[in-house]
Amino acid sequence: MKLRELAHSRTGDKGNTSNISVIAYRTEDYARLEAAVTVERVRRHLGALIQGEVVRYALPGLGALNFVLTRTLGGGVTRSLALDAHGKCLSSAILDLDI
Amino acid sequence: MKRVRLGTGAGYSGDRIEPAVELAEAGDIRYLVFECLAERTIALAQLAKRRDPSAGFDPLLADRMAAVLPACRRNGITIITNMGAANPHAAGAAVAAVARSLGLGPLRIAIVTGDDVTEIIRARQDLTIEETGAPVSSLADSLVAANAYLGAEPIVRALKGGADVVVTGRVADPSLFLAPLVHEFGWAADDWTLMGKGTLVGHLMECAGQVSGGYFADPGYKDVPNLARLGFPLAEVAADGAATITKVAGSGGLITGATCREQLLYEVHDPARYLTPDVAADFSGVSITEAGPDQVRVDGGGGAARPGSLKVSLGYSDGYIGEGQISYAGPGALARARLGRDIVAERLRIIGLPLRELRLDLIGVDAIHGPELSAAAPEPYEVRLRVAGRTHTLKDAERIGNEVEGLYTNGPAGGGGATKMAKEVIAVQSTLIPRELVSPQVHMTEVQP
Repeated sequence: MKLRELAHSRTGDKGNTSNISVIAYRTEDYARLEAAVTVERVRRHLGALIQGEVVRYALPGLGALNFVLTRTLGGGVTRSLALDAHGKCLSSAILDLDI
Repeated sequence: MKRVRLGTGAGYSGDRIEPAVELAEAGDIRYLVFECLAERTIALAQLAKRRDPSAGFDPLLADRMAAVLPACRRNGITIITNMGAANPHAAGAAVAAVARSLGLGPLRIAIVTGDDVTEIIRARQDLTIEETGAPVSSLADSLVAANAYLGAEPIVRALKGGADVVVTGRVADPSLFLAPLVHEFGWAADDWTLMGKGTLVGHLMECAGQVSGGYFADPGYKDVPNLARLGFPLAEVAADGAATITKVAGSGGLITGATCREQLLYEVHDPARYLTPDVAADFSGVSITEAGPDQVRVDGGGGAARPGSLKVSLGYSDGYIGEGQISYAGPGALARARLGRDIVAERLRIIGLPLRELRLDLIGVDAIHGPELSAAAPEPYEVRLRVAGRTHTLKDAERIGNEVEGLYTNGPAGGGGATKMAKEVIAVQSTLIPRELVSPQVHMTEVQP
């Protein structure tokens, strides 16, 4: 099953750091997300897109995880050569995870 | 318990204007807040101001004011905005000109300055750049502008002075919303729990439509009605900081627990320490409850003491970017785009272009997430080659686009729709300065009837 079936996501950017939320549609699925969507899975899935660290913050009360990826945005929106300089589309890449 | 209603009139510089008018006319709000400054906007505005001392503020300011001021005056709504960018004084004059031309006096306009710390930064060469650890002095002459993120305090002062319109430069986005709450409820600036709750409201509201169904729709999974008439959010906040996020009845979009949770985490790192000039806000215990259709109750935000320093964005000149694109379609499109890509890469080597960085993308294939994630995807019907490079001079940047355009007559068959561009790059990094070095000022002017 794809993560997209259980969760939705939004990406934000601050400088060269991206944050990607993973939010359960139903709170009862949160524990499954917490077990399956680990820092290691995210790092492996996004591969070379991540040049820095990955930190995960858990928000069980909101049924959400928040991933913070440093050095991921080609220097940030103000200087990146990327077509998606904000990294806005990273949320869609995360939802393609097999869980 | 006393309640205050405030609405968001814009979530970025180019945002739609009609939803702000809708809020002013039908939102029953007391404050309308326009957040229009992105990370680099202010550095670009500084450059514009250098070329023309009357420029350097939001290009849509006059249009927005002309659209909302009549309803705001009629309904007693105070406007708060950071559209002053690099030139709040000129922006204030522009607001006054609109008010005079529409006969809307008397109108008290407050101008907030003091965020421009360029000279302070130049004199304090011991500071370090947050992203790299290098000294700020390493930017030397490339530094264009330095602007500190101000907090709610000068806006509260402006509101106490009876302002009908408050125009600022760089202010932390949530502080634009926290300020009217502090003013209305008389919250103490060191009541960190209330500062955290107000900051939570501001954070949910600051991107306008992003909490009311914008940037949310995913057909079949997350359907949103009537996005072409998206309603911008309004918050009804109680004196204890609990809030209901809603929108004008009949407007498009939707406000649900899911839209609020997505926006709650937007651009957040550690949810327990969301740092602003006003507070270290704590969103980790927030509760989000659907209270009715398009009505979400938000509570449980908290906070700890504000940071001792203020964040400063450093706009600096970072060379040039040149880019060219060309499309291929139909059978063999991908192979021809790949051939075009390889030709341009070789051409850039042959002409010896001094490149600081180069990127070769196939739009429709690997431009967004790179070759690894897209490896198993089927071949698309059409592909667009994109070549982007960073150079030291504008002339070199232009040569990148020229090499892509050159694929018309020198490259693979059937290339079409070539475009090219070259631009100067004003990049942004950040540093921290002791807050005592920054002294925000409030200047009041009045448009007579």
